[in-house]
Amino acid sequence: MSIQNWARFGLLILVVAILVSGPYWASRGTMRLLIEVFYFLALAQLWNLLAGYSGLISVGQQAFVGLGGYAMFSLAMFAGVPILFALPLAGVLTALIAWPTAFVAFRLSGPYFAIGTWVIAEVYRLVFAQIPALGGGSGISLPAGLVKAMASGRSARESLTYWIALAIMLVVVLGIWILMRSRVGLSLSALRDNEEAAVSVGVRTRSLKFVIYIATAGMTGLIGALIFVQKLRITPEAAFSVTDWSVLVIFIVVIGGIGTLEGPILGCILFFVLREYLADLGAWYMIILGTISVVIMLVEPRGLWGLILRWRNITLFPATRRI
Amino acid sequence: MEWVNAIVQGILLGGLYALFAAGLSLMFGIMRFVNLAHGDFIVAAAFGTLLFVDATGVNPLWALLPIVPIMMVAGYVGQRLVLNRLSGKDILPSILVTFGLSIILQNLMLEQFSADSQRVSAGTLDTSAISLGAGLTVGTVPFLLFVSAIVVIAVLNWIFAKTAIGRQLRATSDDPETVGLMGLDKRHLFGIAMALASAVVAVAGVLLAIKTNFDPAAGPIRLLFAFEAVIIGGLGSLWGTLLGGVILGVAQGLGAQIDPGMQILAGHIVFLVILVLRPQGLFPKKRGS
Repeated sequence: MSIQNWARFGLLILVVAILVSGPYWASRGTMRLLIEVFYFLALAQLWNLLAGYSGLISVGQQAFVGLGGYAMFSLAMFAGVPILFALPLAGVLTALIAWPTAFVAFRLSGPYFAIGTWVIAEVYRLVFAQIPALGGGSGISLPAGLVKAMASGRSARESLTYWIALAIMLVVVLGIWILMRSRVGLSLSALRDNEEAAVSVGVRTRSLKFVIYIATAGMTGLIGALIFVQKLRITPEAAFSVTDWSVLVIFIVVIGGIGTLEGPILGCILFFVLREYLADLGAWYMIILGTISVVIMLVEPRGLWGLILRWRNITLFPATRRI
Repeated sequence: MEWVNAIVQGILLGGLYALFAAGLSLMFGIMRFVNLAHGDFIVAAAFGTLLFVDATGVNPLWALLPIVPIMMVAGYVGQRLVLNRLSGKDILPSILVTFGLSIILQNLMLEQFSADSQRVSAGTLDTSAISLGAGLTVGTVPFLLFVSAIVVIAVLNWIFAKTAIGRQLRATSDDPETVGLMGLDKRHLFGIAMALASAVVAVAGVLLAIKTNFDPAAGPIRLLFAFEAVIIGGLGSLWGTLLGGVILGVAQGLGAQIDPGMQILAGHIVFLVILVLRPQGLFPKKRGS
C-alpha cells in the first residue's frame, strides 16, 4: 500500500474507533444527536446511491422509512418478536413490499419517476391512516415493556441503540464503497456516462436498477424501524413525512455533493452544524437550506465536495479508476 | 341519486385538476422539463388573489387582470435567468432546483401568511347554483371552473395549431436543435412556453382561491393531482389531460361517497391502476399527427 492509502486507512480506523467508544465518553444528549447523525447519513448515502449513482431520482423514500417503522411496531406488538430480531425482519419485510412497488414505479422514468414515487408514498401514508389496529391517523405507541426487554437498564439500552445505529451507518457507507469498486459500480458509471454504449456491451440496465431500488428500500426500512424504536411512537404523518425523510435528505446530498461518497458526509456535518444555530428560525431555516441547495445546483452541481475537488484532487473513498 | 351527484361533482372538480395539469403538461411537452414547484406556484397565485381582494374589495375574478400578466412576466424571466441554465440532457439539476424552489416558496408563504387555511369569497357566486334538471343542481363556481378549463385548453390548442408562435413551439418540442438551425432562439421560445404555462398557473391559482380552502403547504398535493391527470390522459394531449382530470375527480368523488377518508386515496389508486394497465395513458399523442 502507498503512504496515501495507509493514511486513509489509519484515518478510517481512528474515526471508527472514536465513534464505537461513544457510549464511554459522550453525554446522553450527544449520543442522541449522534444517533440522529448516523441515520441521516445512512439515509443520505442510500438516496445518493439511487439518484447520484443509479439515475433513479426518488422523492418517495419516506415510503420505506414509514413501512419499516410500521413493520417494526407490528412485529413487536402483534407477533411478539423481540425488538432486536424485529429490526432486521422489518428491513426484510420492507424490501418484500418494495418489490411490487418497484413494478409500479418503474413504469415511469426520469422526472415522472420522481413524482410517481411520491404518489406511492402518499398512498402508503393514507392506507396506514385507515388501519384501526395501528391507531389510524393518530398513531400508536410502543409498550414500555417491549422496549425494556431490549437490555437491562436505561443506559445499556441507549448504548445498544447507539451501536446499532452506528453499525447500520457503517454498513451502508462501506457497503456502497465496496459496491462502487466492484463490477456493479463499473456498470453504474458506464450507464451514467453513456447508457446506449453501456447497454451495447451487456450492462443489464433494468434488472440492475431494480435490484438496487429494492436493496435500498430494505436498508431504508431497517433505518425507519430503528428511528421509530428510538422515538417510541409512530404516526402516519411522522412515518411518511416528505419533509423529514426526503426534503432534508435531498438537501444534505445536494449541498454536500451528489454522486460521491464524501459529499453526503460533508453535507450531513454541515446540516447538523447549521441546525444547531438556525433551527430556532423555523421557516427561515428551511428557506436558507433551500436557497443554498438551489445556488449549489446552479453554480457547482457536484456540491461542496466538488468545490474542494476544484482546489485539490483528493479522495477519502477511492472508487474511480485511472488509466 | 347521491351517487349520480357525486359523479357530477367529480366531473366538475376534474376541470380544476385539468387546469392544474395543463401547465405541467405544457412545460413537459415543450421543454422536457418537470417543475416540482408547480403546485406551489398555483398556491402563490391563490395568495396573490387573497391580497388583491383584501386590498380592493372587488370580486376575486378581477384578480386575473393583474395576476396573469405578473405570472407570465415572472415565468419568462425565471426561465431565461435560471431554468434555461438547467435544460440539457441531464434531468437531475432541473428536478433538484425546482424541488428546492418548492420548499423555499412554501416556507416564504408560511412566513408571510401563517399556516392558517384561507378562503376568498366570491360574494353571491359562492352560494348560487344552476339547475341541470332531473333534480340535479350544481354550484355556479364549480360549473364556471369546468367551463374555464375547457376555454383555457381550447385557447392553448388554438395557439399551437394556428399561430406562428404555436408552430415554433411545436417545432421546438419535436427537435430543438433543428429549430436553432432555422434561426430561432430556443432560449426565447422556452421563455415564451414558460410564460404560457405560467398564465395557466395564474388562472388555476385564482380559481383555486375561489373554489376551496388553501394554505402554504397546499402546493405539493396539487402537483400530485396535476401529474396524475397528465399521466391518466396520456402525455402530449391537452384534451386527454382534461379527461384525466375528470377521471381523477370522479374517482375522488366516488371515494368520498364511500368514506370521507377515502377521497384522496381513491384518486391515487385509480391513477396507479391505469399506470399499470396502460402506462402510455388513455389518449397518448400519436407520432406525426
